[in-house]
Amino acid sequence: MSLSTVGDTKNAENATENAKVALTVNGRVRQLELDPRTSLLDALREHLHLTGTKKGCDHGQCGACTVLINGRRINSCLTLAVMHADDEIVTIEGLGSPDALHPMQAAFVLRDGFQCGYCTPGQICSAIGMLAEAKAGWPSHATADVAAQTTALTDAEIRERMSGNICRCAAYPNIIAAIRDVAEGDRG
Amino acid sequence: MRPFTYERAIDPEAAVAAVSKAGAKFISGGTNLLDLMKLEIERPIHLVDISRLPLKDIKEEPDGGMRIGAQATNSDVAADIRVRTRYPVLSQALLAGASGQLRNKASVGGNLLQRTRCPYFYDTAASCNKRDPSSGCAAIGGINRGHAILGASDACIATHPSDMAVAMVVLDAEIELLDADRATRRIAIGDFHRLPGTTPHIETALKTGEMITGVVLPAPPEGRQFYRKVRDRASYAFALVSVAVVVATERGTITSARVAFGGVAHKPWRAKEAEAALTGGTATMATYWAAAEAAMAGATGRGHNDFKIELAKRTLCRTLAHAAQEN
Repeated sequence: MSLSTVGDTKNAENATENAKVALTVNGRVRQLELDPRTSLLDALREHLHLTGTKKGCDHGQCGACTVLINGRRINSCLTLAVMHADDEIVTIEGLGSPDALHPMQAAFVLRDGFQCGYCTPGQICSAIGMLAEAKAGWPSHATADVAAQTTALTDAEIRERMSGNICRCAAYPNIIAAIRDVAEGDRG
Repeated sequence: MRPFTYERAIDPEAAVAAVSKAGAKFISGGTNLLDLMKLEIERPIHLVDISRLPLKDIKEEPDGGMRIGAQATNSDVAADIRVRTRYPVLSQALLAGASGQLRNKASVGGNLLQRTRCPYFYDTAASCNKRDPSSGCAAIGGINRGHAILGASDACIATHPSDMAVAMVVLDAEIELLDADRATRRIAIGDFHRLPGTTPHIETALKTGEMITGVVLPAPPEGRQFYRKVRDRASYAFALVSVAVVVATERGTITSARVAFGGVAHKPWRAKEAEAALTGGTATMATYWAAAEAAMAGATGRGHNDFKIELAKRTLCRTLAHAAQEN
């Protein structure tokens, strides 16, 4: 009836059997045995020790845990790891390294798009996902005519599209500058 | 979070069979359910993952309408060029809700079934008839700035938080359901969500074990469509008041009008009285104001939310003035 059932329903009230799940993270397949309750965020941080992805609110309100799943940005705190077998997961560690930064990482450094840095991995993953959405022609709440085929990525558009990422240090002007640099580089 | 077992359903029939176990629940995007499970407000003992079911298609129907699969994400619907051109109010409403990350995960079916964001529903130390029937309502007499002004009861003054559903109500959408006996049925979205009455924990007309498989939109109604949302910050916040309208005019006369409100009631609120007041009238502020008065004739504030009655009227007038502009 179903592809995979994990855990023992009869004993679910007391304890849950761990579930075997293979996650593809930053191009590597990782075999894990996880309590079904494990969020993707906790699987990344606590089981794979990829601590670049941050836990902020753990309720989908701050965006610090943003990762890319099959190229799309999501909150890793609000999804279960067991739901992501068969997906391509990319975290901040998969984007670039200190010696070879991703263009978005380089732009955040150049534009000083952070202060404490806690929200930065989420901001960068979100910005990369957001630019892909804009490139695909997706409108936003800031778009005057949602039926228009293309939308100029103005600062107002970037702000609206990045509203799921909170920066407690309020580095927003520099975050927008960094994203604008990359967006303009893409066009050129 | 309480322990649970997990399975991924391979087809819709397997999904409805799997969810027939006591304590089982469907999970799709998980953006609302997991949030509530972390707080132990939702306590399923078995989760049936329906997010991979082949119910993601957004298709044109022979009658000029569209069918949106229940597992299509909010993002996919909002970005669909056919939705954007033919049902702009739906795209606008979706884009007014949540954040980019959440819209990428949240499904259409899950959006319809999301729970209220009433802070007392979320606060397990507070009484809440929706979370714990017969325990009382802490919002009545509490901080109720965000609460309902229409259709509320002495048991519950919570609002339905969806933007998408408000647009679907104004478009006369139908919800397609599949039950454990593999029978399908369709229900008008206006009949899907319930008013709280004495049973605010029963929120929809879904029967036990039924699954939403899709939403059917009739051919676009005549007229211009517009969604306006008023909230405490510019983005990523729930509505204080929102309005969806479809208005057709001819030489300054309103020939047809549809109006729905969000953020004001336990369900997306269709305002037929306002529609009657608009139809046949001149496209002027006096007509809009009369319609707004008609829409809010039955509204009741609970103290902190009294301002929403005036806010809803003004939001409707502004939205109508915008939508009724003839090209």
